Amino acid sequence: MSAPAVRIRDLVRNFTLKGVLNGVDLEIAPGEFVALLGRSGSGKSTLLRALAGIDHEAEGTGEIVLPQRTAVIFQDARLLPWMRVLDNVVLGQTGAEARRRGGEALAEVGLAGRERSWPHELSGGEQQRVALARALVREPALLLADEPFGALDALTRVQMHGLLRQLSERHHPAVLLVTHDIDEAILLADRIVMLDDGRLLASLPVVAWEGRLGELRSHLLELLGVG
Amino acid sequence: MNALSGEIFPAPPVVVPVRQRRPLGPGKPSRNGHLLGPGLLLLYWAVLSATGWLDPRTLPAPWTAVTAAAELLREGRLQTNLAVSAARAATGLLVGGAAGVLLAFLSGLSLLGGYVIDGIVQLKRGIPILALIPFMVLWFGIGEPMKVAVIAVAAFFPIYIQTHSALRAIDLRYVELAETLGLSRAQFLTRIIIPGALPGFLLGLRFGATAAWLALVVVEQLNATSGIGYMVTLARNYAQTDVMLVGLVVYALLGFGTDSVIRWGERHLLTWRRTLGA
Repeated sequence: MSAPAVRIRDLVRNFTLKGVLNGVDLEIAPGEFVALLGRSGSGKSTLLRALAGIDHEAEGTGEIVLPQRTAVIFQDARLLPWMRVLDNVVLGQTGAEARRRGGEALAEVGLAGRERSWPHELSGGEQQRVALARALVREPALLLADEPFGALDALTRVQMHGLLRQLSERHHPAVLLVTHDIDEAILLADRIVMLDDGRLLASLPVVAWEGRLGELRSHLLELLGVG
Repeated sequence: MNALSGEIFPAPPVVVPVRQRRPLGPGKPSRNGHLLGPGLLLLYWAVLSATGWLDPRTLPAPWTAVTAAAELLREGRLQTNLAVSAARAATGLLVGGAAGVLLAFLSGLSLLGGYVIDGIVQLKRGIPILALIPFMVLWFGIGEPMKVAVIAVAAFFPIYIQTHSALRAIDLRYVELAETLGLSRAQFLTRIIIPGALPGFLLGLRFGATAAWLALVVVEQLNATSGIGYMVTLARNYAQTDVMLVGLVVYALLGFGTDSVIRWGERHLLTWRRTLGA
């Protein structure tokens, strides 16, 4: 097996508003799609913020090894309102080449021709697709997504699931998707990881449950303490 | 029509009148709508003057202002004084505005700068600008530098305060975004900080321009030998109410004109904003 894209060793985070981590070990293979499930306050977002390097407020120890090219998608699209769509996509990158690739990324998420729109002219789902294009254009080896579809309506969410699966199959980044939606995790992920009280509770390869997805679902519900 | 529903619900459909709900928003703004208020005031004044309710010794009629202005223009006094006044106000606004923006960025973007600069500015805010004039005269004399300095100080405060609070209000989520995208300090400044603070700066500029005109009126009555204020002071000594009135109207037009120019700039710089008033 090749070297993992992501390696997390004994990660501890204290004093955060979004939950603590009590020694998390996790490896993600290149191109592997991992869904991170857990109740509110289980430390899902804390783990993701630690990986994204934006948890300045937290104190802790541990080791994180990440690929150079890492992209983050937040729950809100987080587009800069004063920049047109294409400028948002290529934010931080310069040159005509970047703009050309930005246009391609927009076409990939189905927003060709909307380069000159303002963010507020787009629907919520379209804005989140721009955020997806902004991540794609960086050709990430790791994609971190923090409940990216949580704020979308059910129909748009289904469309976004299809789009994300399509894009991850084409570009093959390692993905860590934080979600509280069991069905979303089963539908999209190669492996489902469950976090509880800042510890890894379970790591379930979805392929091992092929044909018994209903069972997997009840098992996950049980682990979440709902079943 | 569905056959099934016809059988089960044979009653004819009830027609309910559609009531158009009155919108709660103010509706579509007209392009020159803000001229309405001043127009009505002018009309009121004209009616009072024409009917004789308003003694011309108290306030001359609006058309007196026009004829007096034409006379002053013919003599060339109005345009030379106007040029002097405008140059004074513009210089003061430029100096005060540049200082305001510079210090707002220093105190808004660095903790130490904030502790040092903002503390001083908040303290100084309590002193009315006009109360500073005696000191300004002591430091800068009674000539041109003092006049420009007073205008600059007056324009500085609103520009500093609005720019500073806009900088402080920039959404932390955008800072996180900049970090995850690996933006450099320069990119962070030009793509996020400056556009984010621009609406606040423009608001401050509007207040600052108004403050500059106000300060101009005061300093031009202090030992001036040129400018609109000087023209008005001279007219007062000879009880020329019509010339005094022209000065007043010119001040009003200057203030109104400056504000319109800045608002025009706002509309073009902030096209991305879609708010109730824009």
